[in-house]
Amino acid sequence: MKERNSVKFEFLSRSANEGFARAAVAVFIAQLDPTLEELGDVKTAVSEAVTNCVVHAYPETLGKIAVRVRLFDDNSAEITVRDWGVGIADVEEARAPMYTTGGDDRSGMGFTIMESFMDKLRVKSTAGRGTTVTMRRRISVRAGVR
Amino acid sequence: MKTQTELSGSRLTLFPQGELDHHAAASVVGEIERSIDSALPRECVIDMSGVTFMDSSGIAVVLKAHRRMSELSGKLRLVRVPERCRRILAAAGVERLVEIETRETVHNERT
Ligand SMILES: Nc1ncnc2c1ncn2[C@@H]1O[C@H](COP(=O)(O)OP(=O)(O)OP(=O)(O)O)[C@@H](O)[C@H]1O
Ligand SMILES: [Mg+2]
Repeated sequence: MKERNSVKFEFLSRSANEGFARAAVAVFIAQLDPTLEELGDVKTAVSEAVTNCVVHAYPETLGKIAVRVRLFDDNSAEITVRDWGVGIADVEEARAPMYTTGGDDRSGMGFTIMESFMDKLRVKSTAGRGTTVTMRRRISVRAGVR
Repeated sequence: MKTQTELSGSRLTLFPQGELDHHAAASVVGEIERSIDSALPRECVIDMSGVTFMDSSGIAVVLKAHRRMSELSGKLRLVRVPERCRRILAAAGVERLVEIETRETVHNERT
């Protein structure tokens, strides 16, 4: 699989940037000619990953969040969301549906939603060091549009 | 995100407009709770047709509205819920607590 294009951007963990991040990814992914449905799935997954950085990675502080998007020649996109925050001690436990450390503002469904809206989800984390979430999604090739 | 409200008899209808994410959630919850507390309705309906984006942050918003209505022994109902919102709410089991009508159900009832 060859990389066709890529972009990387970094921003502060302010909640106002959640909307910016998912919109920026959507605009870049538009090169793969996704349906509105596919675009919506990707935007939701990006929003989950970025919100986790804002809420959990940097609970009392502001920190950096990096997003990288890579487009491949099989018409798939790989999105990486990285933070240098508190990290996750037990990733398997964190990925379980309904698991949350966020109290009644959160429902513990973020990772489950990323999993169901994307084809693949990988979470790497080290407590005290940060977390990297990598997601992949194949965009259907529509006949007659390219 | 803006929320318009409409009170008719003992039914309060809320129309949230825009993107319902973590950034918007706290103020939306505040608006919903304030509207419920001042109208004290028997039934609260949230018309979701103006919600252009929602992620898991919306789940807690709905559950908080549900809790507020339960405290008043009232009912919460979601109508004209876009399909992606419905999938997210269903994943969290919200439909066991709150009645959820999609755009299609509303449409079918009319035709
Ligand atoms: N980037 C991160 N840094 C540190 N901890 C994280 C990060 N992402 C997730 N977590 C931990 O994993 C848990 C589960 O995350 P998930 O997104 O599934 O649910 P949530 O954020 O708690 O709730 P929801 O996403 O439904 O609002 C979080 O409660 C938190 O403890
Ligand atoms: Mg989350």
